[in-house]
Amino acid sequence: MIKVEGLSKRYGRTLAVDNISFEVQKGQIVGFLGPNGAGKTTTMRILTCFLPPTSGSAQVAGYDVVDQPLEVKKRVGYLPENPPLYPEQDVEDYLTFVGKLKGLRSAELQARIDDACERCAIADVRGVIVGKLSKGYRQRVGLAQAIIHNPEVLVLDEPTSGLDPKQIIETRTLIKNLAGEHTIILSTHILPAVEQVCEQVIVINKGKLVTIDSLQNLMQRLQGAEMVVLEIAGSDGTLDAAEAQRRLELVSGVSRVALREAAQGSFTFEILGQPGRSLSTELGRVVLAAGWQLRQLRPAARNLEEVFLELTKAEKETGSGGDK
Amino acid sequence: MRNIWTIWRKELKIYFVSPIAYHLLAFTAVVFGFFFTVATAIFVSRGMQSMRMGTMMPMDVNEWVIRPLLMNISVIGLFVTPMISMRLFAEEKFSGTIELLMTSPVRDLEVILGKWLGALTLYASLLGVSAINLGLLFFYGQPDWKPILVGYLGLLLQGGCLLAIGAFISTMTRNQIVAALITFDLCLLLWVFDWVSSYETAAWARVMSYISVLTHFEPFAKGVLDSKDVLFYLTFIFLGLFLTARSLESLRWRA
Repeated sequence: MIKVEGLSKRYGRTLAVDNISFEVQKGQIVGFLGPNGAGKTTTMRILTCFLPPTSGSAQVAGYDVVDQPLEVKKRVGYLPENPPLYPEQDVEDYLTFVGKLKGLRSAELQARIDDACERCAIADVRGVIVGKLSKGYRQRVGLAQAIIHNPEVLVLDEPTSGLDPKQIIETRTLIKNLAGEHTIILSTHILPAVEQVCEQVIVINKGKLVTIDSLQNLMQRLQGAEMVVLEIAGSDGTLDAAEAQRRLELVSGVSRVALREAAQGSFTFEILGQPGRSLSTELGRVVLAAGWQLRQLRPAARNLEEVFLELTKAEKETGSGGDK
Repeated sequence: MRNIWTIWRKELKIYFVSPIAYHLLAFTAVVFGFFFTVATAIFVSRGMQSMRMGTMMPMDVNEWVIRPLLMNISVIGLFVTPMISMRLFAEEKFSGTIELLMTSPVRDLEVILGKWLGALTLYASLLGVSAINLGLLFFYGQPDWKPILVGYLGLLLQGGCLLAIGAFISTMTRNQIVAALITFDLCLLLWVFDWVSSYETAAWARVMSYISVLTHFEPFAKGVLDSKDVLFYLTFIFLGLFLTARSLESLRWRA
């Protein structure tokens, strides 16, 4: 459904997308993962014919984005990072306008608007001026706009950014429900968003493709090493951070200790374990033995930076013949 | 074609739900109403004067009232076009809706024409407000309507030409105020360029005078429909919209 080959995009001197190739099958939900500035948005803008590539080619639904942009645009629904809304219009007006732009007419248009409103749960705000909607509603109106012409391909740029947790869950469910009929490519820099929704993950960093893998494989690779957050305090309020760190580093199974926070005699460490080793039991024992107060001990939420470090490291290792 | 219509309607709707259209309509009504009152008052007092002196010169409403008023509207036009055209593309770029337009199955030209026609329609409705005043003259006298019609055609052409420039300027920035300022600068220059012709007859002065949009309006105000002035305006509109199209295309490359 989507075929990208050797795609590059250069803005002046900076190379935003560097020789990326991937393919997405019909009906798949693909997560496009990368930190800010990785080239996610640029790639999506190329796929939606907003920007032309500097080199390489991209095909969407069998049409080339450079040679037949109108055909591609007819088949793609696009939700940019900021929903492209006109604050002066009401929702009904807005969807009518977008529907007409996408080539829908009268009866069909009305049916599609009804359908999109229902799917995105915005039927109750159809008469409300867009500028008065909350962020969550705006995002959903943006999504309704993207699916209004029932496109074969949906390109969603950070569909959950700026939403509160409840809205994030709702949006995810919505996207999941759209799968099957549509091929979806969505970008995010938040790992859980991908976990919940996507079957296939494309990781890019600094414009380069890091890995394409199924979610399961990727998660397995990520679970190599455990990471925990440990907060401790001295019993008499006279704990020395450097001393504590030294002792923690000696605990068996620990590969790295970093001080994250220090406040009024209490310290928070982030501790990375060696692959395949469990940390909590051993750490708990050491803390108690040292007579420190244990304030908290929990698995750390993995942020994307680490995922990337690990992924890029893993790529190098497999590249040089090593296996873990 | 249908896309042009769709975009035209959206543009007009946005003008008329925002204060822009109402401000401009009110502004035109007040300013032009003032000009109209002054012009007719002068006409009446002159008439009385000549009656008292017993000379009874024939006085023509078209020449004494309507022609200077048409020139006045033409100048008001210079002030209102930047306010109409500033948002055309700058607003879409700022709010990100340009991504919607440029990723929809619509040609750039359709977007440009829809927007330009929307702006022109608002401008025409301002002309309509001024025409109400002139309409009053028909209650009290028998002005010739044909020169008025020609005058308004000229105003529409002049407006179309300045709005095309404004549209072009608006593609170059995300900031509506900057777009308005630069458009206003250009409008003003295109107005005053003509002045050099009053003391200089060299080729450069003739060129400057030629590109001045107001030079070409004067014949219209007199009720003279000259194909070379019509052609000037049409060329200008074409050039403005062409530059807009190129600039919009280059957005894709620069982004």
